[in-house]
Amino acid sequence: MAVLKMQKISICALKKDRKAILEQLQHLGVLEVDRDKEEDAFFQKMDTTGQRMKFEKAATAADQALGILDAYAPEKKSLLSSLEGKELIDRELEEKVQISGPELIKTARGIYDLDREYAELRAGIAKIENQIESLMPWMALDVPLQEGKTKRTALILGTMPGELTLENIYSILLEKTPEVMEKTGGVDVHLVSAESNMICIAVICLKEQLQTVEEALRSAGFARPSQNWSKTPKEQKEVLETEIAASRERMTQCEAELKSLASKRKELQAVADYYRVRADKYAVLGDLLQSKRTFVISGYIPACESGPVEKSLTEKYNCMVDIEDIEEGEEAPVILKNNPFSTNMEGIVESYGLPHAGEIDPTTIMSFFYVFFFGMMLSDAAYGAVVAIVCAILVKKYPRMSQSMAKSLKLFFYCGVSTLVWGGILFGGYFGNIVDIVSEKFFGHTVTVPALWFVPLNDPMKLLVYSLLFGTIHLFVGLGIKGYLCLKDGKVVDFICDVVLWFVMLIGLILMLLPSDIFASIAQTTIVFPAALNTAAKVMAAGGAIGIVLMSGRANKNPALRLALGAYDLYNVTGWLSDALSYSRLLALGLATGVIASVINQMGAMLPNNVIGVILFIVIFIVGHVLNLAINLLGAYVHTNRLQFVEFFGKFYEGGGKAFEPFKENTKYVDVKEETTL
Amino acid sequence: MNIAGELGVVYGLLGAAIAVLFAGAGSALGVGIAGQAASGVVTEDPSKFAKVLIMQLLPGTQGLYGLLVGFITLSKIGILGGGGVEVSVQSGLMILAACLPIGIVGLISGIAQGKTAAASIGIVAKKPEQFGKAMLFPAMVETYAILALLISFLAVSGIQL
Repeated sequence: MAVLKMQKISICALKKDRKAILEQLQHLGVLEVDRDKEEDAFFQKMDTTGQRMKFEKAATAADQALGILDAYAPEKKSLLSSLEGKELIDRELEEKVQISGPELIKTARGIYDLDREYAELRAGIAKIENQIESLMPWMALDVPLQEGKTKRTALILGTMPGELTLENIYSILLEKTPEVMEKTGGVDVHLVSAESNMICIAVICLKEQLQTVEEALRSAGFARPSQNWSKTPKEQKEVLETEIAASRERMTQCEAELKSLASKRKELQAVADYYRVRADKYAVLGDLLQSKRTFVISGYIPACESGPVEKSLTEKYNCMVDIEDIEEGEEAPVILKNNPFSTNMEGIVESYGLPHAGEIDPTTIMSFFYVFFFGMMLSDAAYGAVVAIVCAILVKKYPRMSQSMAKSLKLFFYCGVSTLVWGGILFGGYFGNIVDIVSEKFFGHTVTVPALWFVPLNDPMKLLVYSLLFGTIHLFVGLGIKGYLCLKDGKVVDFICDVVLWFVMLIGLILMLLPSDIFASIAQTTIVFPAALNTAAKVMAAGGAIGIVLMSGRANKNPALRLALGAYDLYNVTGWLSDALSYSRLLALGLATGVIASVINQMGAMLPNNVIGVILFIVIFIVGHVLNLAINLLGAYVHTNRLQFVEFFGKFYEGGGKAFEPFKENTKYVDVKEETTL
Repeated sequence: MNIAGELGVVYGLLGAAIAVLFAGAGSALGVGIAGQAASGVVTEDPSKFAKVLIMQLLPGTQGLYGLLVGFITLSKIGILGGGGVEVSVQSGLMILAACLPIGIVGLISGIAQGKTAAASIGIVAKKPEQFGKAMLFPAMVETYAILALLISFLAVSGIQL
């Protein structure tokens, strides 16, 4: 239950050690660099944008090349490969990559060029195919597809709307250009091909009449072909086809080359990361204050790391390291540190908000309630076992998965174990009522696994009372933490007014409720308190309420306003009621899992008792329970979070702290194996 | 026995139908609304598929709650598991009344939760790291479906035939 203590560190060293020190700090990854230092007359920032951009571009080029390689020669990946984490490479490869970096980037660019060439070739082929397509109607033509001439005549080619026939065309010409048709030799129109929506024609006429004839035809929809060819359509088609074949061949070559380059994948990954890390380094370098011969780097460091870092730096280099504690109330970046069990719930707290200055880390206390409530909501032994086993196997099998993923899986492992305990031992649920169903269906007599505690379906009111009891405990713990925080800060008045008075009143109210008829009808047992306790309960409730009315508005000088605010604060008792009732979801979600599981089993039980029936039974069993498990896992997760965030944190926790973001080797694909100095 | 006297089991079945029907319809509408938003996000960024799918599923629980109440009602009035239960008109109507909360609240909260889930999917699209918070808003709506489920369940299982 702790927020790791932070310290401020400033390192002042000689410029000649700049590279080495930065690299060491980046490798250690324990320092969050303060980047907003003001420049002054002596200390100036250096402009490193140029280098940074260069490295970033190199990293992007390698990333792009890797993306292209994945498209041409995809790596075989299993569904779970995202759990594998970054690959570990040995130092030898890393050094090789560092030396041959520029060359590898050249390879990356080469890969990019090949991909572009491939795309261009493909586009080119599509274009040529279009051309062939447009040639097809002209295949019957045995002269080049362009305007032709003899000494006196001219040939034009073109298309006209499909409904026209040769006679139509002649009559159009006769109508539009009677002088041509009647006086001189006229016009000769040949039909090359006819399709439903257009016809291709060849028109021969005298050279000087060409324009008139074409205009006349154009008025009826004549259009010249979009392209001219110096060869006959048949020859041209062959030429185009050889071009396509050549392009295809080149494409296969490109593809083969890209595939052969896939062997470089590992090196490209390493080099992408190498340049990414260097770009980060230059980004930090650009934010450092530097004088003529020295530079200063400062920032936050976890207190447990500051000693070793100071020692290793002062031993190796000529430098000054200054470490100071954080001032009270200063917002330092936050790292959570918890025991091996609770540390898995840090992600949950993080998603609500890290503790800000002066708050405690609620993870440890929350973690126990979290697992407890989760188990109650999922509440089926078999489901719990499945979840726990799957998570355990995944964690064991993929030791290099990212830390946050490992934590989530471990969280679900513990929740699964808790579910196993709740579901199996206490409530007797194994895939709903599968034991009853199977024993009745296949063996003739019903066997029921007894619940060690009780079966909620038979006695829901009992579980409702317990749910509210657990909820009240949860809420009281929350209020207790608030009290602890008040005392820690020395606010005794706040502690008494905001915490003790509420405790007194709430406990009084609960003690008044317990012997009442309402409670008796819910819990189906009557509780009788001695008269003295009943009186004490009334006194506590009344006293607490009066105290709250008088004290809640104490910040206000005006007595009337103070009382009004106090009365308003007393109204919060309804908030407590709704908070406590909110825990009834522990019962509702638990029932939902069990009943829906029984519905699935019931569906299976309705099948006939033969081979096909058994097979279908198994199918229904697997599909149904996987779906039910998935949706109830989601429900249990969401609602456990809600109980923590809204009901529990609402009592004492605000959050809003900033996460610790150290200057480190932020790689994407690979981690370098640590050298062992043996 | 006259016909009116035998209507008890019909009322009971009507109750089960109302629970499953309205709560299921609410979930269908809610999941549909959230699904439209989810598809929009996935067209832009397919890597968010898992996250928005979870969001889309959140309004789906009302249908399950309806199913739950429907199921225990069916076994109560003897339609599941062999019959032989005499349901008077009075208890039939009581069961019908007991089924109303989850039916009606399921319908309305399913739609409302769908809209909230769609808005939360918007959060995930822009700030995927705020997934935990985004998931809470639809869960707030669901509380009321859970309360309705609880009353329906307790009422149905508490009615003495």
